[in-house]
Amino acid sequence: MTILDVTNPVEPFLRTDRMPHIWCPGCGIGTTVNCFARALIESKIDLQSLALVSGIGCTGRVAGYVKLDSFHTTHGRAIPFATGLKLANPKLNVIVYSGDGDLSAIGGNHLIHAARRNIDLKVICVNNLIYAMTGGQTAPTTPGHAITSTSPYGTCEPAFNLPHLVEAAGAVYVARWTTFHVKQLARSIGEAFQKKGFSFIEVISPCPTLYQRRNKLGDGLDTMKYYKEKSKVKHGAPTSEVGLTMTGEIIVGKFVDRDRPDYQSLLHAQMVESLGESYVEPSETVCSCS
Amino acid sequence: MVERCKACGFCVEFCPTKVLALSSAFNSKGYHPPHVVAPEKCSGCDLCGMYCPDFAIYGQRLPVAKEAAPARTAAATNLEVARES
Amino acid sequence: MKADPRGVLTGTHFLDGDHACCEGALAAGARFAAGYPITPSTEVVERFASRVPKVGGTFIQMEDELAASITLQGAVWGGAKAFTVTSGPGFSLMMEHIGYAAMTETPCVFVDVQRGGPSTGLPTLPAQADMMQARWGSHGDYEIIALCPNSPQECFDLTIQAFNFSEEFRVPVMFMMDEVVGHMTEKVIIPPADQIEVVPRRHTRKAVEDYLPYGTNGDGVPEMAHAGEGYKFHVTGLTHDEHGYPNMTPATQDKLVRRLQNKIHDAIDRITLLEEECFDSEDVVVVSYGITSRVAQRAIEMARERGLKVGKLRLITCWPFPEKRIRELAATTKAFVVPELNLGQMVREVERAANGKARTFAVPHAGGSVHRPEDILKVIVEASR
Ligand SMILES: Cc1ncc(C[n+]2csc(CCOP(=O)(O)OP(=O)(O)O)c2C)c(N)n1
Ligand code: SF4
Ligand code: SF4
Ligand code: SF4
Repeated sequence: MTILDVTNPVEPFLRTDRMPHIWCPGCGIGTTVNCFARALIESKIDLQSLALVSGIGCTGRVAGYVKLDSFHTTHGRAIPFATGLKLANPKLNVIVYSGDGDLSAIGGNHLIHAARRNIDLKVICVNNLIYAMTGGQTAPTTPGHAITSTSPYGTCEPAFNLPHLVEAAGAVYVARWTTFHVKQLARSIGEAFQKKGFSFIEVISPCPTLYQRRNKLGDGLDTMKYYKEKSKVKHGAPTSEVGLTMTGEIIVGKFVDRDRPDYQSLLHAQMVESLGESYVEPSETVCSCS
Repeated sequence: MVERCKACGFCVEFCPTKVLALSSAFNSKGYHPPHVVAPEKCSGCDLCGMYCPDFAIYGQRLPVAKEAAPARTAAATNLEVARES
Repeated sequence: MKADPRGVLTGTHFLDGDHACCEGALAAGARFAAGYPITPSTEVVERFASRVPKVGGTFIQMEDELAASITLQGAVWGGAKAFTVTSGPGFSLMMEHIGYAAMTETPCVFVDVQRGGPSTGLPTLPAQADMMQARWGSHGDYEIIALCPNSPQECFDLTIQAFNFSEEFRVPVMFMMDEVVGHMTEKVIIPPADQIEVVPRRHTRKAVEDYLPYGTNGDGVPEMAHAGEGYKFHVTGLTHDEHGYPNMTPATQDKLVRRLQNKIHDAIDRITLLEEECFDSEDVVVVSYGITSRVAQRAIEMARERGLKVGKLRLITCWPFPEKRIRELAATTKAFVVPELNLGQMVREVERAANGKARTFAVPHAGGSVHRPEDILKVIVEASR
């Protein structure tokens, strides 16, 4: 029967020998990976040119499940690792795939500096509003009043509005979607591949096990329904106005799409200007094995 | 593939034409995977595939054997594939 | 293989240790450095930043040492030979990534130009108080190699050696300079490129289907692939199996961590570099390393002038600790004297290796200057009684 010949189109992008994955039922991380794989299919990008770098966390485990050159680094340091990878081999398309805590708390300094330098990285930030891997503690993204294991009476700290942060720091492409917006997310990832420079895609994603449950917000499916109901697509929305609350509206869309020379172009231009003929392109000699 | 399903219900909820429903059967992990209840309504749009966090289901437009058959046919879900194999 | 001539500044120079270290890195084939400024180490990367664009490579000043110490590892997996340079406070921030390099078997070099600590301590003055940190600073069981130069010439020569060891064993190598060695200026001879032996990356030649990222060929050191070559490999700091996949079981942990240790231990004779001046049955052997060995040399001469039988053992390789040689000497020597610019670090290792066969005397110094030869002499005299 023909039905037996077909396989899931994302299969070639996954380490199927490592399935099933560790993520909980109703966790949104797998959905984001699904969209990522579909963006790869659609963009027809050469898979050999891709490298994916993760930090530590539930989202950090993405690196272990994609069939790409993949690096599961240390907590918060995916971006600087990716920076070294990209600078040593500029031909690589380097994706950073990590959690909100990893990228904006312990790794927050690297996030803003990579955006400032405009390093050509595609950052996919799965924002489940919490530190999930360690059991549901407060993150810099946790909305006000939310209960977490380290804010048992509710979070009082103001949260980071990530699109606003990375736009201010210099990112050339900034979008936000939820795991409900699968087609839009896949399209955004595809668009980021077309950009040269620091691109940042935030994906709001359920963590039913630790965030939703503790805040009596239901399970993964309830959260997806909330995303469907309360999301408003506003392309080009001023990022200062897209902050999140626990149960309010979620502004999604492509917020920033601009051009600015990326780090390697700037470096090249500076060296050519200052050194002229005596400048030797790094890519000509960098490989250490011949 | 049916074994990968964790019964989150995303595919069932967001199938635009309500092709799927969670079944009463269990997989070996104790979850109720979805099954196809209205195959004729499936457009092969693959939204179920995009939503599935566990890579357990997907939709596809199948090439059809007979010229006469309509080009749009039932979705092939991995769930079904798994059940038959 | 021979050094790439583009990176080799052949000739006779007058350089300080920091600049000589940079030239050693370039000669060894390092084409990437990530750093964060800190006295007294910054001159190494300042020179690199100026030299490497003309050689074909990249320097990036990162936002902190946490970043620098992992950016360089990204560059290694991108195909480069890479290093970072720091001093005390920065070295402390790099510890997690030394463990990451050990666990993922990322060949790279960490240069620590030691200054007085703890904390901000003595930014512009010497110490040798990071020796234990270099060995044990990251959490968990692991092995590293640490080399200690005592002159600008050695800053050049041994930096090449550090890169060579890192590539041969796929291990992070600590290059333990100190402020005095870093800032003293002496003659440095850089030979022609064809006289400099460099160890290339252990790059796999296997087909994609046959390649096991953490499988070994018996010597305990796996072959490496670089990103972008089609191997689609996975690297993780989690306990992993031969595929590089996380596998968090006691059995996998045991196998992996023992291999990481054994690949160094099994080669300890080859890794051990010593400078020795011991005749038969000395009364005292002075064990020293780095800048202190030069002060100790004076003390040894003074003691010999007084008719004392004093030998000298200089540790060029400090880690893995050359305990075999200490054990041998302990059988024929009355005592070891160990001057160092700390309040007692490597002396513990000497004492442990001597295992009561010979007595061990520390000559501690809190750092900020070098010892006075007389202070070492005093202990030699006491030890030879
Ligand atoms: C240096 C360090 N500090 C703390 C941890 C513990 N830790 C692991 S994951 C994590 C938080 C992850 O949160 P996030 O990045 O939001 O990812 P999620 O698990 O929510 O996907 C923490 C604190 C660690 N691994 N390393
Ligand atoms: S704890 Fe939360 S983020 Fe982690 S796998 Fe479970 S649902 Fe997903
Ligand atoms: S097939 Fe996938 S989306 Fe559907 S219920 Fe199972 S896990 Fe959820
Ligand atoms: S492919 Fe078929 S079953 Fe899947 S979402 Fe589309 S219509 Fe529904």
